[in-house]
Amino acid sequence: MATRQTQVLARALLTPAVALLFIWMIVPLALTIYFSTLHYSLLDPGSESFVGLENFRYFLTDPAFLASLQNTLVLVGSVLLLTIGLGIPLALLLDQPVIGRSLVRLMVIAPFFVMPTVSALVWKNLLMHPVSGLFAWIATLFGATPIDWFTDAPLFSIILIVAWQWLPFATLILLTAMQSLDEEQKEAAEMDGAGAVSRFIYLTVPHLARPVTVVILIETIFLLTVFAEIFVTTGGGPGMQTTNIAFLVYAQALIQFDVGNASAGGLVAVVIANIVAFFLVRIVGRNLES
Amino acid sequence: MARKVTGRSVLISTLAAWLLGFLIFFPILWMVLTSFKTELEAFANPPSFLLFHWTTENYATVQERSDYLHHAFNSIVIAGGSTLVALLIAIPAAWSMAFSPTKRTKDILLWMLSTKMMPPVGVLVPIYLIYRDFGLLDTRIGLVFLLCLGNLPIVIWMLFTYFKEIPKDILEAARMDGATIGRELIYVLTPMAIPGLASTMLLNLILAWNEAFWTLNLTTLDAAPLTTFIASYSSPEGLFWAKLSAASTLAVAPILIIGWFSQKQLVRGLTFGAVK
Repeated sequence: MATRQTQVLARALLTPAVALLFIWMIVPLALTIYFSTLHYSLLDPGSESFVGLENFRYFLTDPAFLASLQNTLVLVGSVLLLTIGLGIPLALLLDQPVIGRSLVRLMVIAPFFVMPTVSALVWKNLLMHPVSGLFAWIATLFGATPIDWFTDAPLFSIILIVAWQWLPFATLILLTAMQSLDEEQKEAAEMDGAGAVSRFIYLTVPHLARPVTVVILIETIFLLTVFAEIFVTTGGGPGMQTTNIAFLVYAQALIQFDVGNASAGGLVAVVIANIVAFFLVRIVGRNLES
Repeated sequence: MARKVTGRSVLISTLAAWLLGFLIFFPILWMVLTSFKTELEAFANPPSFLLFHWTTENYATVQERSDYLHHAFNSIVIAGGSTLVALLIAIPAAWSMAFSPTKRTKDILLWMLSTKMMPPVGVLVPIYLIYRDFGLLDTRIGLVFLLCLGNLPIVIWMLFTYFKEIPKDILEAARMDGATIGRELIYVLTPMAIPGLASTMLLNLILAWNEAFWTLNLTTLDAAPLTTFIASYSSPEGLFWAKLSAASTLAVAPILIIGWFSQKQLVRGLTFGAVK
């Protein structure tokens, strides 16, 4: 179909993007792999020496790693549960005839556009402050003792903030998927005497399986790398309670200046992300064929 | 729409939807309200919701004390610059893959997507060291480059899905009429591609404006965009809530407006076409 000339042109147009992305992917990753085999501390320059897999042994057996792995899993899992668990009913509600629906939609998706440093600091101070925060005031209205969020439940506080940021994403995608469900199908089911509940179970749920999977995978990719929210609120503490893998690697690199160890940790993070990415790429790829 | 809908059920779902929408939006509203309070009122318990002494002094203070405009300018340069460069690289690539696909096009697209999956911490160390050695730490150009590469896969993907929707017959008709590739691009393709280009640009602006891993780690002052500037409020002295709210409101407002306009394209861009 295409002439030889256009083929050459097409290749020429594609090359810069491919070359740049290739360099962007390969060079830093190769350097990370190289650094991960070195004893290399920025505080002690000139002392670099090859240590093989020593950094990995150190990183993987460090109690900090297990703690941060656990925090990462709890963070990702809880936020997924909250955003999808609340996102489905919310999307169902917005799929109903609602007066002023577009305005409600605007309010619901707004948190997604707030930069992470702003949402974290606004929640931490204006809402969650144990004395002057709005939540403390609400608690006293009901005669309860205000919760000292970031002291008593630091990880849960971060989870709440991150879930607030990602709820709009889950809702919006699920709503988009619901709206693409054929109205005629719903009508036919209704005429055949299917009630609202069985319509939901037999029509909506199977239709939602795919978008929910997509939400899970994409959110997981981003949630594995949550950083700014921790950086500006707890700094990973108290102790290790809010340190996830991303923050642990950052701390080793730019607080302790241990290049070798941080590189090993970075590679562990890459492996974990790749497991998720593998499934996401397959789903997207299947969609590309249709 | 032909389904029967009773007035009562509309009323109930309307009330529920507005209540939930308001709850979700409330933190943002509260931030905006607090930005117009005095520091004492911002910290007061019980809080006052509307009946307080409205003041705009926080906005003035934020600019005077910490040169807000400098950081806003950095955000504009970094987000705008990285978006522009990404578009310049992505348009030819997406055009080529959409209109002259080969057997490998699908693999290339998926490979590009997979580069976006790489967690930034995985390459933090080498990027930091390279930037240190080349004097790129705390420079706008360094961040423009980095954010451009980081978002390039999304930009190419979005453009690709938009370009694919342009009917090929039109291009062939233009070619038959003797249009060169250059003319074809300018007179046929560009007008049809503008909506897709615009929404790609908007989504990428949002992502770059809010990016808070590289900006926090690679900037301190000179090139610090609003994300880093707001982060400096994490260890302040004295009462600062009203000033934090004012700075935050200014940082969030432009992107919130852009976001509201481009909400429909958001789904497409962020799911790589997996949900439409």
